[in-house]
Amino acid sequence: MSSSSIYSPPGFDFSNQLRNNFMLQKGLPLPKATSTGTTIVGCLFKDGIVLGADTRATEGPIVADKNCEKIHYITESIRCCGAGTAADTEFTTALISSNMEMHALQTGRKPRVVTAMTMLKQMLFRYQGQVGAALVLGGVDATGAHLFTIHPHGSTDKLPYVTMGSGSLAAMAVFESGWKPNMEREDALNLVKLAIAAGIFNDLGSGSNIDACIITANNTEMLRNVEMPNVRVQKERDYKFRRGTTAWKKEDVRKLIVEEQTLLIGGDEMDTS
Amino acid sequence: MTQRPQQHSFNPYTENGGTILAIAGADFSVIAGDTRQSEGYSIQTRYAPKVFRLTDKAVLAVNGFAADGNMFVKKVRQRLEWYRHAHSKDMPIRAIARLIQTMLYARRFFPYYVYNILGGIEEDGTGAVYSFDPVGSYEREACRAAGAAQSLMQPFLDNQIYFKNQTPAPGTSFPQHLPLNTVLSLVIDSFTGATERHIEVGDSLEMYVVLARESPSIQALQNIVGIQERTSTADGERIFVIRRDLKKD
Repeated sequence: MSSSSIYSPPGFDFSNQLRNNFMLQKGLPLPKATSTGTTIVGCLFKDGIVLGADTRATEGPIVADKNCEKIHYITESIRCCGAGTAADTEFTTALISSNMEMHALQTGRKPRVVTAMTMLKQMLFRYQGQVGAALVLGGVDATGAHLFTIHPHGSTDKLPYVTMGSGSLAAMAVFESGWKPNMEREDALNLVKLAIAAGIFNDLGSGSNIDACIITANNTEMLRNVEMPNVRVQKERDYKFRRGTTAWKKEDVRKLIVEEQTLLIGGDEMDTS
Repeated sequence: MTQRPQQHSFNPYTENGGTILAIAGADFSVIAGDTRQSEGYSIQTRYAPKVFRLTDKAVLAVNGFAADGNMFVKKVRQRLEWYRHAHSKDMPIRAIARLIQTMLYARRFFPYYVYNILGGIEEDGTGAVYSFDPVGSYEREACRAAGAAQSLMQPFLDNQIYFKNQTPAPGTSFPQHLPLNTVLSLVIDSFTGATERHIEVGDSLEMYVVLARESPSIQALQNIVGIQERTSTADGERIFVIRRDLKKD
């Protein structure tokens, strides 16, 4: 293709890929995104779904956020845990949440979990894995309780217990040894807490607190920071600085109140005679 | 199909995380390190010491590639033993520093992938810290942090030890050396701070304190719980270890 056309050819436009590779070669790397090196889990029980997540967000080896929220709202009885690129999980879940609300309004029915799953996988597949969102989707609808994992390229799984993120192996080990069909609500919540704790303590990408969410047919309970096993310890010293510690090069004190004086010049006075 | 030469490469190094730190006082030296050893996002062990007693007056902290670190400490200890057999005394710390330089530079083209910090007491009784790069460049300093959280700790130390970016109150000046209890507090706060914000730092903290002969700084160690003495001979320098828990997430 030598001439530029105002009509775009059918299919994908990869011209930016070419530009990005060129810039990479010239030594200008793409900006690094905040990744939620994460432990997220979901587990089916007698009356519904329990979702769980840790609360650490990282940028490489540095902790960017010690208490972020990874359980996102889709609808009242559908929630979605996100791992991967933080911005991608936030925006995809927000977009699908919005579309699910529109769908509910349009149809006049409570929307189904498969609907959210299909919308998410179709969007992620369209972006060929460039949208780095790895999700655990769970909820209860007219057809029962459903739990899915959705990978960044758009593939999905439907399982009774799932884990994702860098702590997925630690968490799955707990599920594999402790999960039973038709668990009680408390037992399921405890198992989810144990699975997330396994991620928090054994995976460096996960840490801080445990969030959980219990979804049943007629109630959704968001348990923000159900467990806080990593509170900050007291410092040995206090680091207050004496007033005048910071040096300065110039001192300039300005009056912020503007003073105004009105002078009447020749013959404009009101005639009061 | 045409046969093309294919190149395979084996990378003998890994990075095992963790951080070390040393601060010299007037008549003491504190050498500390966390005990977490990791690779990628996995913890290999929660207790792998990075700080080692060499003699009664010298302690070596190693950080970087753990296998190289352990081997390097082993080799330094062997050389110090040979020195003891030849001269019937412990090698002075400035000589150990020069020995470490030559040992590191001997591997100039296949280096020990290790950052070393040597702390202890000089022959004149002053506290000393020597820091090295992996190929043997070294210098004597008052304080140094190295490893994963170096970039988090060193600016804090520059501010609190060297009083960088601080102006003293009129008619006063900052002290040249800090007392032992202050230094220990600063070390603990450095590590709890780094543990909060660096994923490779945590599990537990090991602090070695080397005191000069008859140092009055011993007062500061009187009320510390769980302190252990590691001195091997009487009436010389004394070495103590203090352990603290760090967060394990």
